[in-house]
Amino acid sequence: MSYGESWGRYPKTNSTLHPVQWLHEPIKFESDKRYLPYGQGRSYGDCCLNDAGVLLTTNGLSRIISFDRQTGVLRCEAGLTIDEVLRVIVPAGWFVPVTPGTRFVSIGGAIANDVHGKNHHTSGTFGRHVLAFELLRSSGERLLCSPQQNTELFRASIAGLGLTGLITWAEIQLKPIKNAGIEMESVRFSDLEEFFQISGGSEKDFEYTVAWLDCVSSGSAFGRGIFMRGNHSAADAKQCRASRLKLAVPVDAPGFALNRWTVQAFNSCYYNKQRQKSVRSLVHYEPFFYPLDAVLDWNRIYGRRGFFQFQCVLPPTAGKTALSDMLREIVASGNGSFLAVLKEFGDLPSPGMMSFPRPGVTLCLDFANHGEKTACMMKRLDAMTREFGGAMYPAKDAWMTADNFRRYFPCWQEFSKFIDPAFSSSFWRRVSA
Amino acid sequence: MQHVLIIGATSGMAMEVAKLYAERKCRLFLVARNSEKLAAVESDLKARGAESVAAQVVNLDETDKHPALVAAARDFLGQLDVVLIAHGVFPEQAKCESDYRLTESVLRTNLLSPISLCTHLANVMQAQGGGTLAVISSVAGDRGRQSNYVYGSSKAGLSAFLSGLRARLAPRGVNVITIKPGFVDTAMTAAIKKGPLFASAANAAAGIVRAIDARRSIAYVPWFWWGIMLIIKHIPEVIFKRLKF
Repeated sequence: MSYGESWGRYPKTNSTLHPVQWLHEPIKFESDKRYLPYGQGRSYGDCCLNDAGVLLTTNGLSRIISFDRQTGVLRCEAGLTIDEVLRVIVPAGWFVPVTPGTRFVSIGGAIANDVHGKNHHTSGTFGRHVLAFELLRSSGERLLCSPQQNTELFRASIAGLGLTGLITWAEIQLKPIKNAGIEMESVRFSDLEEFFQISGGSEKDFEYTVAWLDCVSSGSAFGRGIFMRGNHSAADAKQCRASRLKLAVPVDAPGFALNRWTVQAFNSCYYNKQRQKSVRSLVHYEPFFYPLDAVLDWNRIYGRRGFFQFQCVLPPTAGKTALSDMLREIVASGNGSFLAVLKEFGDLPSPGMMSFPRPGVTLCLDFANHGEKTACMMKRLDAMTREFGGAMYPAKDAWMTADNFRRYFPCWQEFSKFIDPAFSSSFWRRVSA
Repeated sequence: MQHVLIIGATSGMAMEVAKLYAERKCRLFLVARNSEKLAAVESDLKARGAESVAAQVVNLDETDKHPALVAAARDFLGQLDVVLIAHGVFPEQAKCESDYRLTESVLRTNLLSPISLCTHLANVMQAQGGGTLAVISSVAGDRGRQSNYVYGSSKAGLSAFLSGLRARLAPRGVNVITIKPGFVDTAMTAAIKKGPLFASAANAAAGIVRAIDARRSIAYVPWFWWGIMLIIKHIPEVIFKRLKF
């Protein structure tokens, strides 16, 4: 049986699947094969792929081992998704300490990519809230890793892209909430200067901040967007319900469905749907954190050829002009899509050696795959990121060069000492070649 | 609060069904063969909010152990509101063709074992005058196909047994449901290539619980298999015997 697709549906690979169903069952590692854990396949490029190798699929490892409702300590198998975790913990008054923009990721994947979210400036990355995990090495050894035990492997496996072995279970410190609601406010900004103003002014009072950015409009509309900020609702009694409406994209969209005009129309409508400068509302956490999860299989709108996601962080030293240079390049290409996101990271350090987030502003957006033209664009953005002293996010990447990777992650050599000899990935072979 | 007995509790579909009952804060009694797997499922259900969970390790092929098992479940649960029988094996058809012993063991696990359990459970539930007995059969039992007729015949026998039992228990307020899953992505089907007809175990489980709540008689899971099997059942034998599937 073979398979292998990431969320961006690029590159196309072929791997053997080895389902891991039970914690106690040993895995027979064969010396001539290369292994990689595969959770939900929600990373975009090739870091969850292992062409010609074996993917250890973990969706069967989805049991909770213990959940202390008093202290909010959750120990669960690594294939459990944040979606399932939330289903159990929210009614008990707890929330995940950090969540990425989709809840359909596994806990193992959240650790291996050291994911971040809208609260990076207050809580840092996911890895900061991991109390311990078990790492199964190809030697058959099972190592308990925590800030106290096997510290080096703990630090290497957080943001370790699954290369240090298979995380079988993990223990996470949850955070208390009063209810499922988020008190949110969205504020329109007309340019990047105003974005930085609002962002700076929101850091103290808002746990969650993020901005949607119009990445196709030029002229006076250049750099406009909507800043969203929020806090967990403090009210005791208020009830918030998630929408029960479930949408799905049933088939691959034809190539012409997404073009310059439909994307331009979307961006204008999205910006203009909010008439007032700022709007406050109480919303359920699902639309606040996971707007795209409302449409299952949304990656199909990009058709069979898939798409690329680009996410970089630009350091404060690069100045605000670096961001506008980059955005100008994207707008000029006419290739931008409707899902551009902007956020300022904080300076809380992650235990992860290879963690991506670092102080600065992060920009994230999609590009439909139009072949060579898009490839050039991706390479250009990689080069600009390097030029500005930034870094690119492996979980979203299919393009960064080996040379740039080493620049973005200077401790890659130290990290590579902890890679399990039987583990590898398409991404790792690409950037370490 | 519902009192739920799940037999074959470490099977892919049963685990998902049990999660749904745990979220409803039910009391659960689990039965399976492998103690390590059973312990993992038990702690999962406790963490998900089940009122209480007990588990017993039994090799369900040993039908002489069934009376004691049913008694233990009733002692723990007090009453049997919902019973799900979910254990089964999916053999390689080709191996069965050259090995009758294998065929016999498939019939023991998939047919005789649930029939024995149903016999004991039916009497307990008849006496209590209510409850739902849901048993996982299969769409494969609707017609024997050359690619898996040994498995299919075990499920066909089970479906026929349940149909009669349903009629017997209906006047006593006990509902018997024949669950007929199509392709479901579980450990049992790990060796089969996944196509668009495959449903996730979680989706199948939601369908099973809906059928139990609605006190249905026969439930295809997912529902569209009803249409597919309607067509397959009506293909004339002259044509059917030439089909390779």
